[in-house]
Amino acid sequence: MAYESPWITGAAVEATEYPHLVQKYGVMGVPRSVFNESTFIEGAVPETSFLEAVLEAAAASSRS
Amino acid sequence: MLLKEKDRKEIQKLIGELPREVKLVMFTQDFECDYCSQTRELLEELTTLAPQLKLEVHDFAEEKRLADGYGIDKIPAIIVQGEEDRGIRFFGVPAGYEFANLIGAIQMVAAGDSGLEESTREALARIKEKVLIQVFVTPT
Repeated sequence: MAYESPWITGAAVEATEYPHLVQKYGVMGVPRSVFNESTFIEGAVPETSFLEAVLEAAAASSRS
Repeated sequence: MLLKEKDRKEIQKLIGELPREVKLVMFTQDFECDYCSQTRELLEELTTLAPQLKLEVHDFAEEKRLADGYGIDKIPAIIVQGEEDRGIRFFGVPAGYEFANLIGAIQMVAAGDSGLEESTREALARIKEKVLIQVFVTPT
């Protein structure tokens, strides 16, 4: 998705190497996806669900 | 050498003949952490298997302005880019599943195709706000 939009950055974060982020975002299991600081998804989900989370995060930042 | 002979052959099949040049921009530091040196060695090995794959190593502390430009706030960090940076990042050693994802990202950038559904692309094209997607993963 990052590839399709100049507004999106997609980062894979190796959880065991960054324990402070694991704590910050409450990562209990992987994969856990965090969109901005606001939206979360547990596990692997279909493309449409992932897109919804991206759109939600974008909408949240346009409101703030 | 970090990769097994069998894996090297498999990797060559996947990225040995890329249609376009792909650059891996890595941030590490002078006194490398374990994960940093592992990551760098792995990437150096990868580039020997794919002539179209280039590696650029930068120092996180000494090249802070460059790191900031890429939005890199921790190391080891890898940016997978073609002609331009499209916001694809890997933090930590790309091992296990992450390694497969890194190979996938290289293929995607080389092909110039995200592989997403048309409807997804259209929705993404309408976004006008910054979104940072962080996917937390483990090697196994």
